[in-house]
Amino acid sequence: MQRPPDLKSKGYREDWSSRLYSGFVSILDIAFSALQSAVGIRGMAYVFVLPNLLIFGIFILLPMLLNFGYAFTGGSQLYLENRPYVGTANIEQLFQCEDIFDYTTCREDGFIRAIGNTISFVTSQVFLLVLFALLTALVLNRKIAGRAFFRSVFFYPVLLSPIVVALIWSWILRENGIINAFLGSFGVGKIQFLADVNWARFWVVMISVWSQMGFYTLILLAGLQAIPHDLYEASQIDGANEWQQFWGVTLPLLMPTMLVVLVLSLIRAVQVFDVVYAFTDGGPGTATLFIVQYIYRNGFVGNRRLGIAAAASLVMAGALIGLTLLQFVLRSREGELIEEEERASHEPSA
Amino acid sequence: MSQVLDFLSRTQGKRRLSTSDTLSYLYLMIGTFIMFAPVVWLVMSSFKPVTELNRFPPRFLPYRQVTITLEEFDKPLPLWEVKYADGTVRKMAEVSRISIQYNLIDPSKPTMEPEVHRLSEMTRVEEVNFSLENYTVGVQSFNFITYLINSVIVTVLSTLITLAVNSMAAFSLSKYRYAGRDVFFLVMLSTLMVPLSVILVPAFLVVNSVGWSNNLWGVIIPGAATPTGVFLLRQYMLTLPDELIDAARIDGASEWRIYAQVILPLSAPALAVLTIFSVMWRWNDFLWPLIVLVDNDKFTLQVGLNSFRGDLQTQFHLILAMTVLTLLPITIVFAFLQRFITSGIATTGMK
Repeated sequence: MQRPPDLKSKGYREDWSSRLYSGFVSILDIAFSALQSAVGIRGMAYVFVLPNLLIFGIFILLPMLLNFGYAFTGGSQLYLENRPYVGTANIEQLFQCEDIFDYTTCREDGFIRAIGNTISFVTSQVFLLVLFALLTALVLNRKIAGRAFFRSVFFYPVLLSPIVVALIWSWILRENGIINAFLGSFGVGKIQFLADVNWARFWVVMISVWSQMGFYTLILLAGLQAIPHDLYEASQIDGANEWQQFWGVTLPLLMPTMLVVLVLSLIRAVQVFDVVYAFTDGGPGTATLFIVQYIYRNGFVGNRRLGIAAAASLVMAGALIGLTLLQFVLRSREGELIEEEERASHEPSA
Repeated sequence: MSQVLDFLSRTQGKRRLSTSDTLSYLYLMIGTFIMFAPVVWLVMSSFKPVTELNRFPPRFLPYRQVTITLEEFDKPLPLWEVKYADGTVRKMAEVSRISIQYNLIDPSKPTMEPEVHRLSEMTRVEEVNFSLENYTVGVQSFNFITYLINSVIVTVLSTLITLAVNSMAAFSLSKYRYAGRDVFFLVMLSTLMVPLSVILVPAFLVVNSVGWSNNLWGVIIPGAATPTGVFLLRQYMLTLPDELIDAARIDGASEWRIYAQVILPLSAPALAVLTIFSVMWRWNDFLWPLIVLVDNDKFTLQVGLNSFRGDLQTQFHLILAMTVLTLLPITIVFAFLQRFITSGIATTGMK
């Protein structure tokens, strides 16, 4: 990935597509050259960054700033100028509880429940996701016939859209579905999976692991393949068995990749929405109501409570930024550790 | 059997499969089943008629009752196997049915007086049949072609715009020094972790005031300036030597030519990775199009499938068929490009 492609084997063959491209470049060059003579080379740097900056500024940064506006204003008006300033009332309302550990005493019990549900979903989903992705990557990293095939097999569900995933599984899990038929052959009665609180939670975790695992497997597999082979040979000469090699070589050297996977999957898990929206729609009751869906319901469904939705967004953004910072802290600490080790290993020879 | 064993242990350099190899293959087999079986089951189900779908326990293959066409009757007659009290079994055709009484005739003697039988003596004569009826009926209210075109427009345009805009920004951020560069990069990085879903309400209002609500542009543009893409491309372009640019400048190339004909071709691997990501994100994107798009003829496949599901809660046979149609395009693309896609994504993990 780091090396530019071999120019002799690939580039500079004049086929129709490269001719089309160079024609396209030449036409635009007329405009850009004129622009360059007006603003100079230094100015072109701004020209290149401008389109991205505009889109980013208008559709990401501006909404983020506006979000603060909504979070600190009340009322049911859509446009900010008509909304009265209420300070932190929205955020306070979200956490207004007589007893924080009993959501029924909270004013916004939906929010507190959504937080609780999200936390329990995130912990179990990320744990299972990383566990299975690691296991699969380890198996695929062995000398296995048909490795490319299996790699694709595990990746395939990643490509399916959340709606498709939700429909596939709700078909499988329905009362007259194949899972119930399978259980029935062991004499278990029909279970209404999506009408039962615990089963619904269980399957929401399962299908999101099912649909995302392949992606993290690929990243972990790449991390495994980057581990130098000599280390295994050296440890083998020292008499280490496969199990010891795993704990002594593989796992420590895989840690940076594991960290990436952990943080990526954590952030994605906190944002879980579409699969669940199509699968259980937060039900039964509020058993699988997660934070983004809470925001969606308040912001876009029924009588909108934009202030509450925006305040909930702020809380969630805070959590995400916290997670990201955590990653940086862990990373830099790990970097220090590696540096120390390197220094230690160099000292005797010096 | 020994050939299979040969193949499985081929890369091992020895004939025998060790315990851990056996376990590995077992794991992969079970994994393959878990990954594929749900989709296979969906596809099988989509060919079944409603009566077969309501059957419990379900069967794997789609069956239908065999019918027989006789000159004496206008409609094809369903065939049954009837077990008589003396143990003989005969194939009979159903002429009519009154409540639980079936009037059956022997197909070889069409003019005979119908015999009356009850369901307890009868079993259906069935054959495997992949019926396309769910599909043909489904597409009458599910505008597959419209949704497909919208999805393709959104995916292709978004990806092209993302690639163009992100690579230009990455070029600027990696190859020039100017005031405000680092500030911009830091601000963008800090939003890397805050997804569109968190700022749904204000983002929608911005799109609305630009006049892009219920418009495909409202889906395409807002996600085009992905911080992830800029970051990915910038990191890659940093590794390209600045001497290339100096040389091109001495040759009199404009800055635009340097970007388009020196830097972009050299960034092909990173661009390929971003293309894969962008296509995946955009094709499967759901929440944002759901909010922006209102009219049925503007829907993408995912939103269309969702509204179809909402409209026809009980008509599961049609939903099944349309779900298969929705997953078909990406499955075909994946079948052709899977090696390229999986190895492309694997390389990003190296960072």
